[in-house]
Amino acid sequence: MIYGLGILKGLGVTLKHFIYSYIEDVRYLFEGGRYQPRHLPARQGPRARGVFTVQYPKEKLPLPENFRYIPFLVYDTQENKIKCTSCGICAKVCPPQCIWIVRGTDPSTGRPKPEPEAFYIDATICMSCGFCAEFCPFDAIKMDHNYELSSYERYESLLFDLPRLLKPDTYHAQIHPSDWARELAEKEAEKAKKGEKAAAHTSA
Amino acid sequence: MTAPTKAKAVPRAELKGDLAVLKEKFGDAVQPAEYEGVVIANDVLLEAARFIRDELGYRYLSSLTAVDYIQEGYFEVVYHAYRLEGGGPLVFKARTPRDVATVPSLVSVWPGADFQEREAWDLMGIRFAGHPNLKRILLWEGFHGHPLRKDWKEPYYEEEHKPFSSRWPSGHHIRAEDRVFWHDNVQYPLDWDPDQVEDTSDELLYIGMGQFARAETGELVEPKSLRTERLVVNMGPQHPSTHGVFRMVVTLDGETIVRLEPVMGYLHRNHEKIGERNMYLQNMPYTDRLDYICSMSNNLGYAIAVEKLLGIRPPERAEYLRVIMAEFTRIVNHLWAIGFLLNDLGAFFTPALYAIEERELILDLFEEAAGSRMMCNYMRFGGVAHDVSDDWIARAKELVYNRLPRAIEELDRYLTHNELIKARCQGVGVLPPDLAVAYSTAGPVLRASGIPYDVRRAEPYSIYDRFDFDVAVRYNGDVYDRYLIRIDEMWQSLRILRQALDQIPKGEIQAGKKQYMIRVPAGQAYGRVENPKGELGFYIVSDGSPNPYRYHIRAPSFINLTALNEMCKGHKVADVVVILGSIDIVLGEVDR
Repeated sequence: MIYGLGILKGLGVTLKHFIYSYIEDVRYLFEGGRYQPRHLPARQGPRARGVFTVQYPKEKLPLPENFRYIPFLVYDTQENKIKCTSCGICAKVCPPQCIWIVRGTDPSTGRPKPEPEAFYIDATICMSCGFCAEFCPFDAIKMDHNYELSSYERYESLLFDLPRLLKPDTYHAQIHPSDWARELAEKEAEKAKKGEKAAAHTSA
Repeated sequence: MTAPTKAKAVPRAELKGDLAVLKEKFGDAVQPAEYEGVVIANDVLLEAARFIRDELGYRYLSSLTAVDYIQEGYFEVVYHAYRLEGGGPLVFKARTPRDVATVPSLVSVWPGADFQEREAWDLMGIRFAGHPNLKRILLWEGFHGHPLRKDWKEPYYEEEHKPFSSRWPSGHHIRAEDRVFWHDNVQYPLDWDPDQVEDTSDELLYIGMGQFARAETGELVEPKSLRTERLVVNMGPQHPSTHGVFRMVVTLDGETIVRLEPVMGYLHRNHEKIGERNMYLQNMPYTDRLDYICSMSNNLGYAIAVEKLLGIRPPERAEYLRVIMAEFTRIVNHLWAIGFLLNDLGAFFTPALYAIEERELILDLFEEAAGSRMMCNYMRFGGVAHDVSDDWIARAKELVYNRLPRAIEELDRYLTHNELIKARCQGVGVLPPDLAVAYSTAGPVLRASGIPYDVRRAEPYSIYDRFDFDVAVRYNGDVYDRYLIRIDEMWQSLRILRQALDQIPKGEIQAGKKQYMIRVPAGQAYGRVENPKGELGFYIVSDGSPNPYRYHIRAPSFINLTALNEMCKGHKVADVVVILGSIDIVLGEVDR
């Protein structure tokens, strides 16, 4: 075999990649250019050729529903209350132990009431594992999609307190549509069950 | 939280098969141990180890670790040896009282015990009598104490075990730094004087290297016409092509390597101590961060080890999903390894970027299934975290049937026959098969040296026994073969993926109810999987509480480095970088 043929063949591959990057650009010429948001799925899909990079921050990859990044607390906009009951499961399951919860107390009776008085998540420690959302029995804590959290200071601005953590359930419904659908279905089922029970009770 | 006490009726291991042979040979010096294996008396340990290796045929020492039984007052060193033909381990143990803390070193029997014994000395404080180079390996000389001992407490120590009681119900946030009044990182010993602290690691190291350099070993014939001088050179830490913060100290004769010693621990965080503070489930996301390229298969290894103790198996669909994820991970890792091997050769980033295009597509799949591209945290005990949609399967098939074969073929065409690569890789860093086994190397490094040992075949876990695939093997043991074997393994992974994606059934993905605080029955288990970088093992001792009593990781990249000195001897400085690249290490796993 001729010495150097392997190198030439290899360079052929490089050349192919180089040419493809132009062919792809030309192909999208009459569709408003390749770097339009609507072409992003094709450019990043399994049949993509040519330049593979995404022009962040001008364009961003769409996030799948499961994507997880720092939790937030869900605020129930219909019943106007925080969904969290301060049961403490998220604080217990948290691997780096970055959740601090002060359980609420009823001032008149002094007994615990199902609402957090204070809730902190230390985002400098959080490892975004998603256990809190996975094990919350009340669907009160969910993982966020907002990953742009950089700040000029690394202490106060990254210690999230209750007002910072609360987000309306409409936001939750928007970023987690199928999870939200499951929640609604479960609620319906529970209502139906209750209705059945009540019906059974009155008939008996 | 108590250690398994003798007062409780702890089941003793039954002595049958090779254990019985061992007992017959050494009589009272061999006693059945708790749960599994035998305890061998220290005075016959070396002899017994030779017997185990030569007569019983357990030539491969997979794991060596130590457990601190503080209540009973002794340390236990646990060895897992395997036959290369496959099958289960021979577990044997050595014990030493805590105040003596000395056991004979097995480096003369298995050179692969070298780094593992140094690690046990460093973290557990057990001296290995007869070890040729018993220095700390992950921490520095002068470090106070041995952190894996049960009575050692880390800086910012809060409580023995998570969950910490300060978090709930009256969890007023307090920063760890504020808990110590000098707002700094440490708990100082009482008699500690900062002026007295000396880090003597480097001195010790250089003395060792220098002596070797001065000694007339006769290993290298010095040309008479040219007078050369031996000198010690530091490569790294933080050289771009040394794969992370890793340092190699080399003694050079001219430009030829006489001796090389890797220095590591720059990324050490005592993963195992963290793991012993954590609850079982809480360790899952931490395993992602070991070998951060292959988080899926790390998850799998840990899940399998704990499931051994729990005695459960995940449902069918979950098993298939696990295999699919693990094999995709292998492809990701090998693409990455090949790309960066080329970086190390000096082909800066073009091959690497071509190789990791497909990695992006696979990571997209991971992100959709698990929620994160690299820190997947996907497996649970008895199942997986999320199910995947039909659309996901269709996309995975598209990748496996169309895109990936084309990409691997292209990579092959691009690099394999390149004369420059051949010139730089063939015959470089040769590791003969007997040494590869002796040094306990694993994965592609072992198989490129002609040993067809693959845990997926040797001791099948999960559902690997159902799939039709070959164990890739190459025979020259040089850098070129370690490159080729990664291509071969990707083809085999594709074969497994095709079968798994075609056969995957519908159904449940989690056995039983998902729990966050599982109670694991008391016992010991060693779960191992064939990670892309080699055999990844988790040794777990449970005392029945929600936290593991001992949590040890047999990290393939760490142990593969034991053979680095052997591979580099006689080569040039430029080759060292390539040889290191061909072992394919990840410092998150090496330093733990």
